[in-house]
Amino acid sequence: MTEDKNEKSGAENLSRRKFIRNSSYAVGGLAVGGVLGSVIPWGTENDDQKQQAGKQIKNYNHALMFFSQAEFQTVQAAAERIFPEDENGPGAKELGVGFYIDHQMAGSYGFNARDYMVPPFFHGEKEQGYQGRLKRREIFKIGLREMQNYSHQKFKKGFTELSEEQQDNVLSDFAEDKVNVTTISASGFFDLLRSTTLEGVYSDPLYGGNIDMEGWKMRNYPGDQMNYTDIIEDDKFHEIEPRSLRDHM
Amino acid sequence: MVKKLPKTDVVIVGVGWGGGIIASELTKQGLNVVGLEKGQERQTEDYYMVHDELRYALRYELMQDLSKDTITFRGNEKMRALPMRQYGSFLFGDGLGGAGVHWNGQTFRFLPYDFNIRSQTIERYGKGKIPTDMTIQDWGITYDEIEPYYDKFEKMAGISGEENPLGGKRSDKYPTGPMKHTPSMKMFKKATENLKYHPYTIPSANLSEPYTNPDGIARAACQYCAFCERFGCEYGAKADPVVTVIPVAKKTGKFDLRTHSWVRRVLHKGGRATGVLYTDVTTGEEIEQPADMVVLTSYVFNNVKLLLNSKVGRPYDSSTGTGVIGKNYAYQVVKGAATGYFDDKKFNTFAGAGALGMVIDDFNGDNFDHTNLNFIHGGYLALTQTGARPIANNPIPSDSPTWGKEFKQNSLKYINQTLSIGAMGASMPYKQHYLDLDPVYKDTFGDPLIRMTYDFRDQDRELAKFTAKKSKEILQEMGADKIDSMEELGPYNITTYQSTHNTGGVIMGADPDTSAVNNYLQMWDMENLFVVGASAFPHNGGYNPTDTVGALAYRAAEGIVKYSKNGGMLA
Repeated sequence: MTEDKNEKSGAENLSRRKFIRNSSYAVGGLAVGGVLGSVIPWGTENDDQKQQAGKQIKNYNHALMFFSQAEFQTVQAAAERIFPEDENGPGAKELGVGFYIDHQMAGSYGFNARDYMVPPFFHGEKEQGYQGRLKRREIFKIGLREMQNYSHQKFKKGFTELSEEQQDNVLSDFAEDKVNVTTISASGFFDLLRSTTLEGVYSDPLYGGNIDMEGWKMRNYPGDQMNYTDIIEDDKFHEIEPRSLRDHM
Repeated sequence: MVKKLPKTDVVIVGVGWGGGIIASELTKQGLNVVGLEKGQERQTEDYYMVHDELRYALRYELMQDLSKDTITFRGNEKMRALPMRQYGSFLFGDGLGGAGVHWNGQTFRFLPYDFNIRSQTIERYGKGKIPTDMTIQDWGITYDEIEPYYDKFEKMAGISGEENPLGGKRSDKYPTGPMKHTPSMKMFKKATENLKYHPYTIPSANLSEPYTNPDGIARAACQYCAFCERFGCEYGAKADPVVTVIPVAKKTGKFDLRTHSWVRRVLHKGGRATGVLYTDVTTGEEIEQPADMVVLTSYVFNNVKLLLNSKVGRPYDSSTGTGVIGKNYAYQVVKGAATGYFDDKKFNTFAGAGALGMVIDDFNGDNFDHTNLNFIHGGYLALTQTGARPIANNPIPSDSPTWGKEFKQNSLKYINQTLSIGAMGASMPYKQHYLDLDPVYKDTFGDPLIRMTYDFRDQDRELAKFTAKKSKEILQEMGADKIDSMEELGPYNITTYQSTHNTGGVIMGADPDTSAVNNYLQMWDMENLFVVGASAFPHNGGYNPTDTVGALAYRAAEGIVKYSKNGGMLA
């Protein structure tokens, strides 16, 4: 079952107008308030088009809240090896994953604000989960420094100066705990790097990654659609133009 | 100084499904009810920006803040219990509606076998079939006795479904018809029919059509938008307490709902509950709410925590097997599953609903012969299409790399070409599995955390292998080109999500020596205290628990009304 490229037209797009029509059908005569009632006045498309016609927009989001320039370069290079550019489309770097991770570490996730960080801290079994006292932002800083040191030690160059194969080699050694680091777990750092990279590739563009929804487009993920009632029973695979939460404003 | 408020008829602790049902039923009968909820107010309007996987599914927007309260965990008594510092295996609902807001909506009845598990297992296989430290017991209620309450919950929530050919007898059909069938569900149906099994559509609280319930609450139909589990429903189509029972209670004018109210103790004197002590988390003020009857309706762990911290009931002692509070903690065995990769079929897996799927019960309960098997019970096997959101769903064959060029290629290829069959394995209680108070770690108010002692046993390992094998056979019949299935269950690991189906700790039964509450969920040791929730399950069945939680809540509500008139033990 291959998808028919000709099908990828405007008709295929579950548009806002169609959503309103469908949902009023589905809802029937019921008085349902809440979100459903308030989705009607949309108006951002025109605003966006006006802006784009005028000039190229500067992305003010692309500045650093947490990492140093050097750390940022390393994060970006490492994320690119985890999710590289290829014939399918852009890699982590072009998708803005470096900025995504920087912004996450600057906020509540980086501070483990909603985790139980109360002492005493003891080493546990792996089935008991993370038991360290370090916060994610601290793990990142230490991990990046260790990665730099290890690159120099093994290849006599900083991580960003290495060839792709050498970078993969360094990352593998971290992933498989072949690196001797003391304050953090090498594989724990790698897992955090990998999970935040995938988050940056696939989260809503509002968080700074997945620029222009290019991450979603590569896998035909339609993002934020209000309604799939028309296609849910369909045998055919549907390619739907993605939408983001920006379209809700 | 503790501020003391005027007395009310009933105070309930936690306003999710249990609390919402109790509040609506009691206020309809004219009782004055105060509802205390430690989290915030919630409403449908909150979900305007709900299609946000990062915020809701990965950062746990609707879940309890673990920095304030969590549990500790150890696999056995020789280990040091350590805090669950981050979410993993299960999630704590938070705020009005509790876990009833972020559920998927899969609404199954337990089997008649579940309620008489001990006697029926002995009757068919003899006493030797039950390991000496497996503490299964009959529930003190039969399927026929609980059936009217299942019916009541299903009509209130508008459950969409069709009859389970291998389930208990129903007094009425589901109030709304089954959900739509996707191509993958049709494949599962055909394959399981070829294998002579008995497929049916998963009973769903995501409405298949607009529905008005007996309380006059009208709700819209599900839009298959693919954001159910860990999300609230922006259409109000998924039944949750906020859009069903809570408005009914509020409308009576007899429900005084207080959010941000964290209950810390059940107050009691001379063997009777006199009210509760709670903290207003916005001001830190300590408040006493006196009441004629107290109903605990919070999540499993918090029900147990409140009883133990309040010194109500007899704490369980694992060395002797005596005592009841904290006894028979059980969970769910879901890892016995399989994933199939299809080389030239594509599915719209991005679309879906929380309770959209097909299921069989041919290997659930005692629907099959266990004579030559090293386990009892079983679980359902299901194919669901709940919406494959992109951060959490990157299926790749088990022998392939997890990052880099090949990972990217595989994950992009297989995302829309992968189908999984999951098992909802039942979980049996053991003498060594229980909840008690942690001696070291405390919550934000200095009260001890609950400590869980639990691990998988041979029973679970055998059951999981069995369900994995059956899942694989179904995927083969469905024509998968490559199949990965679980080979070894391994130890219980609290870091990977399995299910928010924790059970036990305040179990029901017919005998005060071996159970904490009777079949109206009334405490044997304190007749004006009721403890409602999955904490009452003596074991966990091979299904999602919410229908049974709801049914027991309706049963308890009936008991509380009766008790308010005549007093005394109800069973």
